[in-house]
Amino acid sequence: MSGLDSLYQQLILEHSRARTGADLASLPDVATGEPATGQGLTGQSHQLNPVCGDEITLRLSLGTAGDGQAVTEIHWDGEGCAISMASASILSEMAPGMSPLSFRHMIDHFRELMRSRGKLEADEELLQDAAALAGVAKYPARVKCAMLAWVAAEDALHQAEASQTAFRAL
Amino acid sequence: MTMVSTPAWGDAQVSALDDDEVRRIRNDFPVLEQEINGKPLIYLDSGATSQNPRSVLEAEQEFYEQRNSAVHRGAHHLAVEATDAFEDARATVARFVGVQDDELVWTANATAGLNLLAYSFSNASVDRAAGGAERFALKPGDEVLVTEMEHHANLIPWQELCRRTGATLKYIPLDDAGALRLEEAARLMTSRTRILAFTHTSNVLGNINPVDVLVRMAREVGALVVLDACQSAPHLPLDFKALDVDFAVFSGHKMLGPTGIGAVYGRRELLNAMPPFLTGGSMITTVTMEEARYLPAPQRFEAGTPPISQAVALAAAVNYLSETGMRRIALREAELGQRLVTGLSAIDGVRVLGPGPGEERTGLAAFDVAGVHAHDVGQYLDNLGIAVRVGHHCAQPLHRRLGLSASTRASTYLYTTSEEVDLLVEAVAQVRPYFGVTASGAAS
Repeated sequence: MSGLDSLYQQLILEHSRARTGADLASLPDVATGEPATGQGLTGQSHQLNPVCGDEITLRLSLGTAGDGQAVTEIHWDGEGCAISMASASILSEMAPGMSPLSFRHMIDHFRELMRSRGKLEADEELLQDAAALAGVAKYPARVKCAMLAWVAAEDALHQAEASQTAFRAL
Repeated sequence: MTMVSTPAWGDAQVSALDDDEVRRIRNDFPVLEQEINGKPLIYLDSGATSQNPRSVLEAEQEFYEQRNSAVHRGAHHLAVEATDAFEDARATVARFVGVQDDELVWTANATAGLNLLAYSFSNASVDRAAGGAERFALKPGDEVLVTEMEHHANLIPWQELCRRTGATLKYIPLDDAGALRLEEAARLMTSRTRILAFTHTSNVLGNINPVDVLVRMAREVGALVVLDACQSAPHLPLDFKALDVDFAVFSGHKMLGPTGIGAVYGRRELLNAMPPFLTGGSMITTVTMEEARYLPAPQRFEAGTPPISQAVALAAAVNYLSETGMRRIALREAELGQRLVTGLSAIDGVRVLGPGPGEERTGLAAFDVAGVHAHDVGQYLDNLGIAVRVGHHCAQPLHRRLGLSASTRASTYLYTTSEEVDLLVEAVAQVRPYFGVTASGAAS
């Protein structure tokens, strides 16, 4: 596979065109501190890459799963390159059902992978489809593109948890 | 050499550089000899930063090896030599843009030059008592006029100046093709307009703005004219006196020179009436514990140790340009600009921003590829060894006006061959198929 083809793997090109979760409006706006009965908490984050103007607004909802919490949905609106859009799409597909702990663990590994300049191997079991983005690590100028949605999701999760804390404090 | 006194560089006696000459010119640029991803480097990003001929690199090295010293101080031999080299460089560059030596102030780059002007006017606004500074002072009700196509460097300093002084920033809007709406310019230019700041040639559109028309409008209302010559000084024969602007800025690294140096031209009587921006050493006559008196321009605006070796190298750069001939370079780049716009416009789904084929254009073209983000276009081209600029090119309002957030820009210079332009066009034609985008712009 040529360098370019390892960056733009077929899976990435497909996700960049048919984008999972690219329907922000389908998840109601942030309901800070006022979770309706049975519904989860929502956090929202807006991230911008000032270098290229890539932009994403991402909402993440947190609900109960078994005896713990889990990410229930991710929806977003964004504009950007194939890498940033595919990355957001893949993340939206993978996230539902993950506990906050394992979600953060996955984000941490992805960040470490992206920053490795290609020296780290992707943990394919952990990253699933996102492992296809491993090729980005060899293109330092594109790492921020791949990270955009992940940074937004990490922040949105934090916002959702913060709103929960605020609600409990009432 | 004789300086060109009019912007009409399409002179019958002068011919464009031809491909054979360009091939010889390329031998002077060591950086162009390399391969990227196994392909010969095709450098089409001179609009961002140009490459340096050996004579420029050698001039800087020679300065450090033979004459390095502080300037305008010290009585020792090297200090004299360095000062001479530094001031000779100023004279060379001043002549290159048709102005007097003491009307050219060294800055770090063009952005620093525009900030120098804005901050000097800002200082005049808060300290109206400063001798002769009243004419530069802004107050609520005053207006600064820019255009919608400006580089952020010629926009944000004026936004900030207006915010600090209570003046109002207005802008000349663009039509759908990206040209200035001159009828709007005429309407916006009123007795309230104190400063008109605009770019000579857009770093995105590649158009050439009608300096004469705008200067005439500004003169009628008594506004000061600031010209951003960043993209014109490297590519067109320039004479700021003939253009009749009050101030102009340009950057060394875009005209074969090193980074770290740029210049502000200002009419002598204006520069000497303006309050200083940066203060400190090298710009004073008498200093007491209470106050200081300032030298006339250019030293008035050159506090601290200036970019000395950079000035020497920039002089070598303009000598290289002058010896090649600015009119020949401009004609050559006009041809390359046409080759770009004609070739790119013919590709399905590619929209070139700014003037269309056959219309006046400099040697650059920014374009949008429907369905493929500029970053991906740039990545595809880089894989083929082709270096272009992607993004908003520090012109977000312009892109927004054209309905885009980013574009891809190919910019040529005197070392660009016709084949390189053709290879770019061929490569761009492959972009949409590679990313699986169909003719309609939808995913296949």
